[in-house]
Amino acid sequence: MIIRQAPDLHGSEITPRSAYVSRRGLMVGALALAALPSTVRRAEAALPNVAKSPFVLDDKRTPLEDITHYNNFYEFGMDKDQPAKRAPGRLRTRPWTVRVEGECGKPGTFDVDDFIRRSALEERVYRHRCVEAWSMVIPWVGVPLGPVLQRFDPNSRARFVAFQTLFDPQQMPEESSRLIYPWPYTEGLRIDEAMNPLAFLAVGLYGDILAPQNGAPIRLVTPWKYGFKSIKSIVSIRFVEQQPPTLWNTVAPSEYGFYSNVNPTVDHPRWSQAKERRIGEFFRRPTLMFNGYGEQVAGLYTGMDLKKYF
Amino acid sequence: MGAEDRRRHFLRPVVHLLCLLPLLWLAVQGTLGGLGANPIEAAVRFLGDWALRLLVVALAVTPLRKLAGLPELARYRRMAGLWAFAYASLHVSAYVVLDQFFDWATIGHEIIKHKFITAGMAAYTLLVPLAVTSTEGMLRRLGGRRWRRLHRLVYLAGPLAALHYVWMVKADIRQPLVYAALLVAMLAYRAVSALRQKEAAIQSR
Ligand code: HEM
Repeated sequence: MIIRQAPDLHGSEITPRSAYVSRRGLMVGALALAALPSTVRRAEAALPNVAKSPFVLDDKRTPLEDITHYNNFYEFGMDKDQPAKRAPGRLRTRPWTVRVEGECGKPGTFDVDDFIRRSALEERVYRHRCVEAWSMVIPWVGVPLGPVLQRFDPNSRARFVAFQTLFDPQQMPEESSRLIYPWPYTEGLRIDEAMNPLAFLAVGLYGDILAPQNGAPIRLVTPWKYGFKSIKSIVSIRFVEQQPPTLWNTVAPSEYGFYSNVNPTVDHPRWSQAKERRIGEFFRRPTLMFNGYGEQVAGLYTGMDLKKYF
Repeated sequence: MGAEDRRRHFLRPVVHLLCLLPLLWLAVQGTLGGLGANPIEAAVRFLGDWALRLLVVALAVTPLRKLAGLPELARYRRMAGLWAFAYASLHVSAYVVLDQFFDWATIGHEIIKHKFITAGMAAYTLLVPLAVTSTEGMLRRLGGRRWRRLHRLVYLAGPLAALHYVWMVKADIRQPLVYAALLVAMLAYRAVSALRQKEAAIQSR
């Protein structure tokens, strides 16, 4: 386990901007210039009072340039460079409300900016392992999911939590065709997974608010699962009794299970999951069981056949 | 030198240069860091795309030549085929060297276990004897008939490469299907013209 305990929680420890000014941005002058206005805008939106959390990985962080320009966000296109090109001009991330409803005592909505103001934000540096066998190390800013869910008082029938992304083809152009994907994007967790301390609601990245292509203004982060479980641009959270349908599981059930825990011993039908390429590195590295978070989450799955429930 | 010959001498290097351009682009982007966050994946895919495109071009030469009445196109079929093979070789090398770094255990596992790699491997294996026998000397040694029969393997290699692409894609197979459709169209053209020739042969008997 490479998570280290942070003894004190000074805001100044938060990943400094200089750490992520990308080598590539410096190398290609034109690109750096093109990136400048958005960087300035984002600086104005920097999140205040972000505390350090115990969940800080020691690994070298993936540069912001890569985190914001290599994205799977199919609502904006299938190529990984498309979200960065198409999301910023289209996705209106403010104002933004999230509905929380279903099997709970106090259903309601919250405004994301209010939520940010009222929350004790923390930074967590997590591994991010995509099902396509690449990975990153990402300094998220946000709050643990569990306590947020508790505020809505889930009842005893709340056995699962279903999440939904915005559905608006005007803002998310690929949603205009439901030929291949049953938009909107949906995801789900078992309630005990959702309450696990690792499950995180992110509103920021590298100390700033999330970029649209990273799932602004609010997204899920479940670092022990493949990246697609970490649903982006959430508008609805629902407590439900039955296991909810999820987009990838609906489209290709033999390839993407409901659980989709990172597991080097269960191959994807099209490739091995034993190794991964950390973005920025040449050699593939071995993939860790539960993406290295077994200590926190293995207990959720005792007695389950993880080859069957992949 | 006639006008026809001069045109040929002028066009050959132009076609070679055209086929080389994607590789040059890749080399330039690779050195400038223009291939994005995952340059290895980008290079493997880019080379695979061009291998398949040039294979389609090579297969399109004969139908085009006949339909458009441009007999001089025949010369460029071998050129396109060899360039397709060059890109396929670079694609496979990029996979072995850059993507897997000679991890033969994993490569073997992927070839056996993952049908998308199996199909790519099969396509490439079929292309090798065609490249090896592409010279005038080999054509003479084999004799036209046997040489042509051997080179019909391309009708298997093309669809296998398209299948490799179809199986690689997650859910939206529209793009690989475009290639598959082109290949099917060209195979159908050949099947129809072969049938017609047979009929004509029977009637003239
Ligand atoms: C031993 C043989 C081969 C191996 C191991 C191989 C391997 C691969 C790999 C690893 C990918 C990329 C997968 C990814 O990035 O997720 C790929 C994609 C591809 N390959 Fe191959 N390949 C082989 C032969 C071929 C041949 C012979 C052709 C064409 C003539 C071809 C055409 C393609 C195409 C078109 C793609 C998709 C590119 C894209 O996504 O734009 N491959 N192949």
